[in-house]
Amino acid sequence: MKAEGYSALHEFWINLRAIPNHVYRAMFRGGPPKTDRTRSSFIFGNVFLHLHSVRTHLWSLRWSTTMGLGIMTTAAFLITLVTGILLMFYYKPYPDVAYQSIKDIHFIVPTGRFMRNIHRWAANVMVIAVILHMARAFYTASYRKPREFNWFIGWGLLVTTLGLSFTGYLLPWDQLAYWAITIGANIAQSPREITDALGITAWADIGGLQREILLGSDKVGEEALIRFYLLHVMILPLALVMLMAVHFWRIRKDGGLAKPANADELVAEEAKEFYPVFTDAPTKTYHLAAVVKGKTSAVGSGPEHTVPSMPHLFYAELGVLMLTTLICVALAFVSDAPLKELANPLVPENPAKAPWYFLGLQEIVSFSAFMGGIGIPMLCVIGLGLIPFLDREKEGTGEWFGGPGGWKLVKWSAVVGFAASIGVEAFAIHFGWLREWFPDIPQLFITFINPGTVLTAIYAAYSIWAVRKNNSTRAGALALFTCFLCGFIVLTVIGTYFRGPNWDFFWSPSDWGGH
Amino acid sequence: MTTHPSEKKSRFDPEPMPRRDFLGLAALGSMAAAFALSIFGMLKLPKAAVSASPAKKFNVALPDTLPEGEAFIPPGRNVAVFRDGEGVFAISTVCTHLGCIVKTSAAGFDCPCHGSGFQKDGTVRKGPAPTPLPWLKVSKNGGVLTIDEEATVKTGTKV
Repeated sequence: MKAEGYSALHEFWINLRAIPNHVYRAMFRGGPPKTDRTRSSFIFGNVFLHLHSVRTHLWSLRWSTTMGLGIMTTAAFLITLVTGILLMFYYKPYPDVAYQSIKDIHFIVPTGRFMRNIHRWAANVMVIAVILHMARAFYTASYRKPREFNWFIGWGLLVTTLGLSFTGYLLPWDQLAYWAITIGANIAQSPREITDALGITAWADIGGLQREILLGSDKVGEEALIRFYLLHVMILPLALVMLMAVHFWRIRKDGGLAKPANADELVAEEAKEFYPVFTDAPTKTYHLAAVVKGKTSAVGSGPEHTVPSMPHLFYAELGVLMLTTLICVALAFVSDAPLKELANPLVPENPAKAPWYFLGLQEIVSFSAFMGGIGIPMLCVIGLGLIPFLDREKEGTGEWFGGPGGWKLVKWSAVVGFAASIGVEAFAIHFGWLREWFPDIPQLFITFINPGTVLTAIYAAYSIWAVRKNNSTRAGALALFTCFLCGFIVLTVIGTYFRGPNWDFFWSPSDWGGH
Repeated sequence: MTTHPSEKKSRFDPEPMPRRDFLGLAALGSMAAAFALSIFGMLKLPKAAVSASPAKKFNVALPDTLPEGEAFIPPGRNVAVFRDGEGVFAISTVCTHLGCIVKTSAAGFDCPCHGSGFQKDGTVRKGPAPTPLPWLKVSKNGGVLTIDEEATVKTGTKV
């Protein structure tokens, strides 16, 4: 029906001119985020933003609370997602052809080399950021009730991230890739070390089955490449995105970031700078949270000491995203992703090294394939994953190095962690191990008593001592986690810089000689 | 079938198991069963009935000049073939630790990846390798040897 006083044609003309304005207003119905009300609707009216709370506590916005590490991990993932999709335009997952296509990407495709470099660097940034993010969540005791489950999900995200890195490593099909995956696949087969020693491989060949399912064949070939490709571009990214959705959602549902009990007092000074909340409304608002029982969200607490997430939180997140992009792009400018010669199944790369974050594992694998590749990693994943259920204490939640023992215990644990790992490594490098002393020793002895298991036992014993001394599970967790980080660093550095051809110890890669 | 009037129950009487509960449980159960069966079916897919890999049996003729104790590596194979006074034997050169290819050396075999060392007969000398290098089945057809990479024989078996 036409409006009063205009001809239909005239009205059509008016509507035509108003299209940009109307489309904009149909998309953003709330209007520009200028008042508390429109800032709120800006968030809950947007499917991508509404995982965020409308208002954010000032404590959560402090730089020292999270250091933006979770957002940095997410940003790095988004960068690998975009560059990864671009690389898929040219990449062909078939042996030898794959290598040529990576060469094409490197030398022929416009911006191809740059995209591959960014992809590789963003993957590295993601691994570093996710480890630091885990350390942050641990040291601020943010895994405690009601956030135990989210710590679990976080472990899933860490493992998936490492899985993505590992599967991506094979795709260039060069010497580096081929032998790293050969070693990785044989680690999957290493339960045979136990089943062989017990003489039950013929009935229960778990290791062989794992390897065969991973490779789709009995060697690293075309089947393995397509499997790793499928894992890398489809299965693991889907798993990661789903876990991320749950992870983010649970932050919100668990009542936002963990805060110290006196967080409101700590931010009281800052809060004075902000316009008071709901000045002309009742001091409490009653919304869905008011009918929700329990401790799962900010039930019963008012919006005091909070500020609108738009702009305060979003601009901070945007800043971290831009910083991450800057880091990845800058690194991609100065350092090219490696590409060695074409994979050759007859001649191993010497030394054959996995990506740097697996070199700590490779170091303990060089003592026992099963314990280093499966036994100890499983212990770490299970042990550290269960921390929130073992530490049910309250003291120190939301504070850096909070809980009994505190920073002093962490410092001493770092000393123990570094000393024990360097000591055990130095001993094994200098004196050798059981096989060199007793050539006929049964394999089971070496599987269960080797530098990797000895180091694990030292860490466990020290942590139990810390529990008893401080009379607190949290203290034991602080000790164990700090030792774990120190051991990871020491083993990774040794594997990266001090191991050369034949995995022999060298003071510097320049001593490796011709290889 | 007819029902005796006295057995007829009022619709207000509680049933042993409410019909809705039964139907709901049946729906849940059938879903769980379908889910479990389909997972089981899907898990079978990644393991092919026939593995895509080249033939493991191959023929090789040793050069007449091969000195005793020196390895002959058939092209494209991870096998070292030896000949001595007692006969011919073949040792796999795939390291039993994590599958790298060992190189022959004065002491026997050495692995470049994690430093495992083996004696000349394949038994472990040093390093993380859990088991000796396997000896492979060799059969003679006139002057040609047939080596089967999948069939292992006892260490010391020479033909």
